[in-house]
Amino acid sequence: MNYRDEDATGTDQSENLETLEPELHEALTNFKLSVDAWSDAMMSRPRAVMAPSRTNWSAVTKWALGCAVFAGTVSGGVYQNHRQVEAARAEAARVAEQQQHREMAAAQVLKENEEDLMANVDSDVAREVPSALEPLATLMTEDDTKGN
Amino acid sequence: MIKVTAEEIAAQEFESVVSSHRTQIFRFLLASTRDVDLAETLTQDCFLKAHRNWSNFRGESSALTWLMRIAINLQKDHWRNRRMQFWRHTRTNAVDLDEASDWLPSGERTVEQRMLAREQVAQVWRSVENLSERQRTVFLLRFVDELELKEIAAATGMGEGTVKAHLSRALARVRKEFGAKR
Repeated sequence: MNYRDEDATGTDQSENLETLEPELHEALTNFKLSVDAWSDAMMSRPRAVMAPSRTNWSAVTKWALGCAVFAGTVSGGVYQNHRQVEAARAEAARVAEQQQHREMAAAQVLKENEEDLMANVDSDVAREVPSALEPLATLMTEDDTKGN
Repeated sequence: MIKVTAEEIAAQEFESVVSSHRTQIFRFLLASTRDVDLAETLTQDCFLKAHRNWSNFRGESSALTWLMRIAINLQKDHWRNRRMQFWRHTRTNAVDLDEASDWLPSGERTVEQRMLAREQVAQVWRSVENLSERQRTVFLLRFVDELELKEIAAATGMGEGTVKAHLSRALARVRKEFGAKR
């Protein structure tokens, strides 16, 4: 059979190595020999045997427990610190508010004292007018009324 | 007692199948992947799978074609999984074509003959690289493992006509690239 013959289905009948052209035949033979040589060499090579790694569950448990304790400690400390900061902030705000109230009360007292003082000054000034001039003062008021 | 004996016989049979066909299965997988470690792993997986299903093997096909079918499916699964996991860091140990071509049987050849043979082998590797997956499988089963068309059909699950067509196209391509090189 010629390697280029085709059967009734139209397929090439070149599946036999012997029917191929000499050059391709030689190349495919060399290819097979090469793969055989490679495969044989790899199958007979010495291999390093490695023990399968086993999971050390007790070590894993210890690590997990240690990590959990560490995380708990750290988060507890952080939470405690946060609470202290919040409490200090609230205390400072309360003290500031009290201070503000005290200052406002003091200012109020000061204002009231000032008003009293002015009232006293007014009355004192009024009393300082000599009593001998009081009738004249009354007259001057009446004359002014009449002049209008 | 009878059951133990039957199991022992089955184990002996399987052992003999392994020793008879291990070389061929490994050679096919090595030629398909050009990766020694992967070929070894897939060969082991193939025989492991075969061992698990040995009791279901009815001998309708030969043990070799049955094993070859398992090996082809394992290889397909491997590449499919790799494609699916493309985002993962995957490592390939496949040797390049020149390195694969270095393997030549130590016969009584001259240096020139060896160089020519090496060049021919490299050219065939390059052609095989460019074949489709099916064409490559059929080509390697035929010209490396020297299976008959009927056996290739049984191993690949294709019809004999389909096998012929794939082989014909594969050979045409190899021939064309070989001719272009000359």
